[in-house]
Amino acid sequence: MKLPGLGRLSEFNPRDALMRRLVTPEIDALVAGLPKRTGSYGYDAWGYDERRVKVGIAVTKWLYERYFRVVAHGLENVPPTGRALIVGNHSGQLPMDGVLLGYALLTNPYGARAARAMIERFFPTVPFLGNLLNGLGAVIGDPLNCAKMLDAEETIIVFPEGVRGSGKPYSKRYQLQRFGNGFVHLAMAHDTPIIPVGIVGCEETMPSLGSIDPLAKLLGIPYVPIVPALFPLPARVVLNFGEPIRFANDARDETEVAARVETVKDAIRDLVDKGLSERTRVF
Amino acid sequence: MAIVTPAKKQKLRTVLITGAAGSLAKRVIARLHGRYKVIAVDFRRKVETDAGIPSYKVEIHKRGFEDIFREHKIDAVLHLGRIFAHESDRSRRYNANVLGTKRLLELCTKYGVGQVLIHSTYMVYGASPYNPALLDEDHPLKASEATHDLVDAVEVESLANIFLWKHPELNITILRPCNVLGPGVRNTMSVLLSRRLVPVLIGFSPMMQFLHVDDMAEALVMAFEQNRPGIYNVAPDDYVAYQLAVEESGCRRLPIPSIPPALPRLWSRALNWNAFFPPYMVNFFKYPVIIDGRLFRQTFGWAPRRSFNDIFGYYRRQKAVGP
Repeated sequence: MKLPGLGRLSEFNPRDALMRRLVTPEIDALVAGLPKRTGSYGYDAWGYDERRVKVGIAVTKWLYERYFRVVAHGLENVPPTGRALIVGNHSGQLPMDGVLLGYALLTNPYGARAARAMIERFFPTVPFLGNLLNGLGAVIGDPLNCAKMLDAEETIIVFPEGVRGSGKPYSKRYQLQRFGNGFVHLAMAHDTPIIPVGIVGCEETMPSLGSIDPLAKLLGIPYVPIVPALFPLPARVVLNFGEPIRFANDARDETEVAARVETVKDAIRDLVDKGLSERTRVF
Repeated sequence: MAIVTPAKKQKLRTVLITGAAGSLAKRVIARLHGRYKVIAVDFRRKVETDAGIPSYKVEIHKRGFEDIFREHKIDAVLHLGRIFAHESDRSRRYNANVLGTKRLLELCTKYGVGQVLIHSTYMVYGASPYNPALLDEDHPLKASEATHDLVDAVEVESLANIFLWKHPELNITILRPCNVLGPGVRNTMSVLLSRRLVPVLIGFSPMMQFLHVDDMAEALVMAFEQNRPGIYNVAPDDYVAYQLAVEESGCRRLPIPSIPPALPRLWSRALNWNAFFPPYMVNFFKYPVIIDGRLFRQTFGWAPRRSFNDIFGYYRRQKAVGP
């Protein structure tokens, strides 16, 4: 890279320079082609920011292809347009599974989608991180956000286990924790297909021995894992997308909703088992 | 001006407009003048108006206000007047805004006014990290939870709501616009973007919505003429991050440390930034309050005609020609 002359230094904008280096014409074309409506400055109501997404793609490309060597099967099950809920198993202490899932959907050869993720409510209070996550499409998991996004034909990634899944110790790997019922209610109320996804490999990226709960409580965060590896290990990750599941909006009571949640959970369990049986090596 | 015959003059409806000295009210008056008999009221000064517009300098929570109702047969009231937090102390502001609105609504009931339009603000929802985006009109008004300085705005709303249900004959419409900007507008956000150096909180750039004052004036006129009582958010279907809006308005950013949360408030208080970055508004520069304006747009067939770039362009040009 040629350094700008001293006279030009005042015109030199490090942010623009970084953008030019990271964001290739392919990424520009990919983001421009997304079936997604944004306002006059490239934002949507929830803070999705085209520029941030472009940088996000550039950075995640290396993680996805080289570091975690992700393999995705069944991407043809994700609808190329219209609303959808992508529902998967959660693991790995850090939401690395969400990042990789998002990248797989953004680069889906059957139709790229900018998926939204639901994040914990404390994130918006953290400087930089809150804005960064918003810019990449993540929003706090509020039912109103979900409802309005589905009405706007968005794709939403949901981990119904929440922190029960991501924060669980290594001894409980690939055991699905209790699912919340909210996503089935949303799918029914907004006539949205559920695409189950089984994620294999993220459990091994950050094995945890347990959580230091008093410290977590003190810090106001869901868990503080006891982890031998302080950064995500380069485990191979497999994503298995299943066929869309649709529910009519005719559940009479919560028991019936819970039964439908179990249907989705079973589908995810099968997809996880499929990924595990196909996996030949962990790293 | 066309010569109006006395017989025709009788038919004109009489509209009382509060806050008449403000930029928004002036635009509304210009649009209504001729088609209605307009009466201008402001607590700040007697507004210089066109011939034929009676103008009063009066505080609406004081006794003299009722004389206007005795003197004129008022058909409709557009209540646009409001004392901003930087214009007065808390108790005086509470008296003028809350007790003033109560007095106004009582007089409207007493003198048989058939329509009342109240100009509220999106700030009544309050800025909180837990806010979802695209708030509907039935979302709880949590502004007073975080700060005492917005209690008056929330109470004006609840008062108006009581009258809305108790006195349907008043045909009350409450409008909650997003940030209104443009020439002559003197609210906090407009004063802020008129500056060359603008405070931003490090690591926070919430989404915001803006409306040009001309678009808001048109929204008010449409809501008034179509008369569909209720509560409406008024906002475009467009969004921009605060720090980008600051840059696009030709301002330089002054980064302020944002943690611990009390620090920016202390800073604002110490430097007396009340007019453009008041302590009570710090959360609005941290967390988004994005409202869903769909109900208003669809009910009244209104859409803003000026883009964000048109709005920011005004502040850019203002700096280019300024001192």
